[in-house]
Amino acid sequence: MADEPLVLGIETSCDETGIGIVRGTTLLADAVASSVDEHARFGGVVPEVASRAHLEAMVPTVRRALADAGVTMHDIDAIAVTSGPGLAGALLVGVAAAKGYAVALDKPLYGVNHLASHVCVDQLEHGKLPEPCMALLVSGGHSSLLLVPDITADVRPLGSTIDDAAGEAFDKVARVLGLGFPGGPVIDRWAREGDRSAIVFPRGLTGPRDAPFDFSFSGLKTSVARWVEARQRAGETVPVADVAASFQEAVVDVLTRKAIRACKENGVEHLMMGGGVSANSRLRALAQERCDAAGIVLRVPRPGLCTDNGAMVAALGAEMVARDRAPSTLSIPADSSMPVTVSQALS
Amino acid sequence: MLLLAFDTATPAVTVALHDDSGVLADSTRVDARRQGELLAPGIVDVLRAAGRTRAELTDIAVGVGPGPYTGLRVGIVTALALGDALGVPVHGVCTLDALAYAARRDGTVTGPFVAATDARRKEVYWARYDEAGARVEGPAVDRAGELAEEVRGLPAVGAGAALYASEFGDVRLPEHPDAAALAAFAVERLVGGGGLLAAEPLYLRRPDAQVPVGYKVVTPGGPGGRA
Ligand SMILES: Nc1ncnc2c1ncn2[C@@H]1O[C@H](COP(=O)(O)OP(=O)(O)O)[C@@H](O)[C@H]1O
Ligand SMILES: [Mg+2]
Repeated sequence: MADEPLVLGIETSCDETGIGIVRGTTLLADAVASSVDEHARFGGVVPEVASRAHLEAMVPTVRRALADAGVTMHDIDAIAVTSGPGLAGALLVGVAAAKGYAVALDKPLYGVNHLASHVCVDQLEHGKLPEPCMALLVSGGHSSLLLVPDITADVRPLGSTIDDAAGEAFDKVARVLGLGFPGGPVIDRWAREGDRSAIVFPRGLTGPRDAPFDFSFSGLKTSVARWVEARQRAGETVPVADVAASFQEAVVDVLTRKAIRACKENGVEHLMMGGGVSANSRLRALAQERCDAAGIVLRVPRPGLCTDNGAMVAALGAEMVARDRAPSTLSIPADSSMPVTVSQALS
Repeated sequence: MLLLAFDTATPAVTVALHDDSGVLADSTRVDARRQGELLAPGIVDVLRAAGRTRAELTDIAVGVGPGPYTGLRVGIVTALALGDALGVPVHGVCTLDALAYAARRDGTVTGPFVAATDARRKEVYWARYDEAGARVEGPAVDRAGELAEEVRGLPAVGAGAALYASEFGDVRLPEHPDAAALAAFAVERLVGGGGLLAAEPLYLRRPDAQVPVGYKVVTPGGPGGRA
């Protein structure tokens, strides 16, 4: 519909420069420039390398998104940008660029929360977000269960990881297995060839007295490392596929079990999944199986929209416009530790 | 010509508007940690104070450092976005040249001199200028104490000189560059045909990044290495 707002979204919280363009809940363009190859040899994202890459990629990626969407700069009705959480220096490049575009075009600016954007992006694929819904957010920096009565203004954390994020566990275990960075996609691939019941790795925080919606993956990672080192010490070959499959099973078993329980205890019928780890094929399959059994509707965007991108930021920005939220001021900071309860930075 | 100029490569977040006859409005706020918050409102304020609109802009000039990277990028990416959306050229100016221009404009130096800003990590960004105000050495980044005697002995302007006053013998104002000077410098070059820089940061240092040494063994006495 032409009268829905046309929103440009800018995402620079980590190593992807993402520019998305949406009209209402319709995705028009999703351009991403990644500096992941520049980080791979360091085994993790180097903040200064990421910030330099964002600066270089910004204008070309905006231009690519406009061309893909078949719109001009002057058609844009609002600018949305990730104002946090994320790497401070990287966020700042996106926030400053967004302000530059907002000033030049004389259009409203919306500084939005990266985590809320990961949840909202599903609107572009499956239509309006059912509210309230439960959101399982699993990425390289976060693992949380969120009760979402209103994605633009009321997001309530029920629990989160007390140590490593789920994606971080994938990345660290991949390093233990010598599989490179980022670890999630490689482990996902190896796991398909392996037996997920070959080794029983621990399920963290699943005891009767443990916090029901918190996660812990650090013990799991250590346990995988011990197991692998014991084989190496004995001079045996490490069954990489079985280790990958069994580790992955331990992660997705806990994630889905807790997510279903959160839905049931809160009387919520829809589970959304978002963040890089929700691209994981086994997580998607097991979540579907368990949601079906529990009578819960599962919604997960396609893998390409699960990892960081600009379309998710534009999606949340468009929702802010649709719900008549006041824009952010031009003074908003880049907030590296923006709490998940704050969907929008106002000033 | 209506040129918007700004610089965020030092603690001064400074904005000015210049038509080719002079500075119409300017604003400077000193806060080393809030470039990202102060710049865009500063641009809006300066345009409003001059009674001009963004659509009238013909050129943008931005300080390209050298300077602390995080703040430096705020100015450059803002300039690139403005230039992209407005369809006007974005010119780069060495921040030390703007500082040097301000010093000569204010009359604090007349002969040869050096301009220096704080590069943190006990270093300064610096450049040397001749009596006509032309840059003859730099920009570079070094420890103040390791600069050649004939550089350190010159009259020195900028916060980098003030910070290491015991190394630089003859410290003078101004402390920071201002966008009014940057704008005037850019207009002189554009009108006189001197040429300006690309709108790309002068980092002068490589990014800090360490390749991690293999992965850490968790079992005591383990063999290490990879699977
Ligand atoms: N198929 C996958 N299976 C498991 N983890 C994955 C998969 N694809 C990506 N990941 C993980 O997702 C994380 C990146 O998530 P993303 O949301 O893009 O980044 P961030 O957490 O930095 O915002 C990385 O830790 C990566 O290993
Ligand atoms: Mg993310």
